[in-house]
Amino acid sequence: MTSLQQKPARPTAEGADEAAEDKRASRPQLQVRAMAPIVPPANVSANALTIVIAIMAFLACLTLGAVSMIQDTAANWQSQISREITIQIKPADGLDMQDALETARETALAIPGARDAQIVGDAATARLLEPWLGDNFDIDQLPVPRLVIVTIDHSDPPDFDAMRAALAQAVPAAYLDDHRTWVDRLVSMARTTVLIGVCVLALVFIATVLTVVFATRGALTGNQHIVEVLHFVGAEARFVASQFQNHFLIIGIKGAIAGGVLAALVFLAANFWTGYAPATPESDQAMALFGAFRIGLSGFFGILAIIAVIGLLTALTTRITVIRTIREIDVVRSDPSRME
Amino acid sequence: MRANCDGGDIALPIWGRAPWGIGIAFARVGNPALIHFENVGLRYGMGPEILRDLTFDIPKRSFQFLTGPSGAGKTTLLRLLFMSLQPTRGLINMFQRDIATIPREELPLLRRRVGIVFQDFRLLDHLTTFENVALPLRVRGKEEATYRRDVLELLNWVGLGDRINVLPAVLSGGEKQRVAIARAIIDQPQLLLADEPTGNVDPPMARRLLRLFMELNRLGTAVVIATHDLSLMDQIDARRMILSQGRLDIYD
Ligand SMILES: Nc1ncnc2c1ncn2[C@@H]1O[C@H](COP(=O)(O)OP(=O)(O)OP(=O)(O)O)[C@@H](O)[C@H]1O
Ligand SMILES: [Mg+2]
Repeated sequence: MTSLQQKPARPTAEGADEAAEDKRASRPQLQVRAMAPIVPPANVSANALTIVIAIMAFLACLTLGAVSMIQDTAANWQSQISREITIQIKPADGLDMQDALETARETALAIPGARDAQIVGDAATARLLEPWLGDNFDIDQLPVPRLVIVTIDHSDPPDFDAMRAALAQAVPAAYLDDHRTWVDRLVSMARTTVLIGVCVLALVFIATVLTVVFATRGALTGNQHIVEVLHFVGAEARFVASQFQNHFLIIGIKGAIAGGVLAALVFLAANFWTGYAPATPESDQAMALFGAFRIGLSGFFGILAIIAVIGLLTALTTRITVIRTIREIDVVRSDPSRME
Repeated sequence: MRANCDGGDIALPIWGRAPWGIGIAFARVGNPALIHFENVGLRYGMGPEILRDLTFDIPKRSFQFLTGPSGAGKTTLLRLLFMSLQPTRGLINMFQRDIATIPREELPLLRRRVGIVFQDFRLLDHLTTFENVALPLRVRGKEEATYRRDVLELLNWVGLGDRINVLPAVLSGGEKQRVAIARAIIDQPQLLLADEPTGNVDPPMARRLLRLFMELNRLGTAVVIATHDLSLMDQIDARRMILSQGRLDIYD
């Protein structure tokens, strides 16, 4: 089919060339460009919003990373500590320390689930105390508590209460420390940390939603003429919303990817740093505090999840905002008493 | 099919083929009015009543001119007819339903049965002629492939066959006018509201557009044309609704 566009433009009104017009009319031209979007992307100012969303996604990823790291570390401590328990025997008048230590060791070993028990010898105890007392003291002269370290079967831990009762009977001066207090404290710290992290995440998401609400309202104001025309050709609010939603979904995903990639780079850098420079005191401290900066596969899935959540949140917020704003616009437009 | 102008029978291409929908089916069973206004009054803000105690019918398949001095409230009345504005008082029945009782979400669906042409066209500047005319169909969720031919034929018929890919910015006033009209009638409305549809065209084109409206009317659409153009109204013997000082007089 020949393109009619090649023919000279026809005069606006009829009458000039009726025959030619007839011919043209009977041959509809079929080349039509692909449908342009009803709301042009350029009408939705994207840059500032993309950057804000990128920052939000970055913060969300960091928070998620920090929370999971602390949780991992706490879990790590918990498992390491509960592999060993200690029996402490305080010196007392008339107590034969060696004997008491032996009795305690045997009592502990008699409980099923205790794999091994070792008395921390004089030399080892002295070494433990060295940082405080120096190396020139006589351990026998000091009332130093002595320890028996019991290794427990992790998969089948002994009954601590039974062990405690047996010890109380055999060696009244013995005190069984199963590190429960420590573990409990760690667990509650981890819980608090997770809670704080979740709160921070929630705040970040709320801030994202509010930003998108403002941006959407701005876009609606900037495209009021389009909204009006859509109203007059019978569009439902849902249809108008979908026209805006797609733009914001793209902005949301772009921003979230930028933020997520940035966060991933930060984690990779931290990984690299702890992996290759473990000897410095600073990194030792960091390791002690946070454990390794290891954001494993799950961390990267977390980042992907945050990208998806922020993208969806953006699109959904836009949809709801447009539908609600359109209702408001409809009410105002239809109410003559509100017009001056 | 003849893309003729003055004189002769004008056949609208689309409806030559497509079956006319609900409009005719309804029109044949009894004849309650398409639209009924009763004691309708309207004021903007705290201002004076622009429209006072309007009581009238727009019968199915009727053809009428709405006229009156500038500022009389013609555009306002058309917006009431489009359900885009609520009356300050009075009762409006559209398609046998009291519009005060229609849920807001349902209004767009009712508005789809009404085509409207604005005094200022209201075309979207970033869309081509084709896209502007196809907009109502797109809004109704139709696929381009299903309506492309119809849109092209209608555009040919209004003499814009070679302007389908241009943006409104390069169209003349009369061409924009025709795009706006094509957009209003592309989905075969039961009611067509046109606000000064001949305000930007020369008399021959005005006659041609009038014939387009008459043809549309012949096929079942009720037509309301708001105009100041006496010579246009003199061309056919149609009902005249004259607005002045808030009152409406009807000359059948
Ligand atoms: N949105 C509005 N808010 C307040 N007053 C309005 C509004 N729209 C119209 N009016 C007033 O209502 C009156 C009628 O206006 P309308 O546009 O309906 O007149 P018209 O008959 O269409 O005039 P014209 O022939 O010039 O188009 C005018 O006095 C106008 O100032
Ligand atoms: Mg007007």
